[in-house]
Amino acid sequence: MNSENHQLLLRLGDDALILSQRLSEWCGHGPALEEDIALSNIALDLLGQARSFLTLAGAREGLNRTEDDLAYLRSDREFRNALLVELPNGHFGDTIMRQFLFDQFALLRYECLAAQRFDLDVAAISAKALKETKYHAEHSAKWVIRLGDGTDESHEKIQESLNTLWVYTGELFEPDTVTSYCTNNGLISDPDQLKSQWLESINLVLEEATLSLPSSEWMQCGGRNGIHTEHLSYLLAEMQVLQHKYPGAKW
Amino acid sequence: MVSDRLSQITNALERVMDPELPFLSITELGMIRGTEIDDEGKAIVHLSPTYSGCPATDAIQEDIRAMLSQIDSNFEIKLVLSPAWTTDWIQDSAKEKMRQNGIAPPEGSSADKSFLLGEAKSIACPQCGSNATKLVSPFGSTACKAHFKCKDCLEPFDHFKCI
Repeated sequence: MNSENHQLLLRLGDDALILSQRLSEWCGHGPALEEDIALSNIALDLLGQARSFLTLAGAREGLNRTEDDLAYLRSDREFRNALLVELPNGHFGDTIMRQFLFDQFALLRYECLAAQRFDLDVAAISAKALKETKYHAEHSAKWVIRLGDGTDESHEKIQESLNTLWVYTGELFEPDTVTSYCTNNGLISDPDQLKSQWLESINLVLEEATLSLPSSEWMQCGGRNGIHTEHLSYLLAEMQVLQHKYPGAKW
Repeated sequence: MVSDRLSQITNALERVMDPELPFLSITELGMIRGTEIDDEGKAIVHLSPTYSGCPATDAIQEDIRAMLSQIDSNFEIKLVLSPAWTTDWIQDSAKEKMRQNGIAPPEGSSADKSFLLGEAKSIACPQCGSNATKLVSPFGSTACKAHFKCKDCLEPFDHFKCI
């Protein structure tokens, strides 16, 4: 089992799983019924994507681990999601901005993965995920525009969300051995190229939303190597408590 | 013999309904991608899930098992992810049943992304047929549906998204 391939599957699976868990916290707390349903729907799509990638990761590593083993029995240091998706939900604008920044990245990543022929299992999952992500991206982009180009208060709040989240976006495009493996085998474009495409897409929306791109260039990273914020540990504590307390529990 | 067995299986699958759209069979929804008998005599059912996270997928597999175990003891369900399921595979008869049950069926081909890009073509109200309808939310009661409202009869309704 090629470890770069395994790392790629964990990145894809964990990004989807952790963001899904975060979004599901909105269930029953959305600012409007439609948004409650929308965020829960997106969480469900992401959970489905996570299940597919983690099942594949488990099947390929040869340790007889299932999707559930990987989701419920790994510790924080073993998760490979980007820091961006583990951050607390904050207010609705924070959640929407995090979703927007991630969706635009996920769209580009899935477009590459769905089109390549190096790893057909990953292509099949990605083709399906891409269809779903297009809906998510449309939804978050519209909200960014509505809030950014809305009232003075909504504009100020979501600009602040963007400023706060910005330092967590660099990690999505950080080159390492896994991204080299992806580039060399035609799985995903080179991180620099991906980043410039991503900047182009988000700028179109931010401009219409009358929001400005933060100028800070310093970026936080670590998630891809298992070095996370403390927020992930609390999230996992809640997500995994049942399986830790009653190993193998089913219902 | 083989074709008898396959046609029995096919007939049985036509009676497995979607748990969230109980008036439609999974065959009409285009989720059955084929059946075959493999070299060892096992019947293989190829099933295409609709959305990655659709909770109905597990229930549907259980229903298939329950239905087929009445007529066959040696079968397996294989999930087919590629090509990804598309609303283009939904049979025309199913679209009419959706309308009768108050759901606006997916319109046109999934290749047409105008709805996705917000340049919504009109989705006819399944209650009164009016084209004066409004998208309330792109996410509805299940992963596969969007939430609409009719401006004429004022009734809310679900639209089966085109993917």
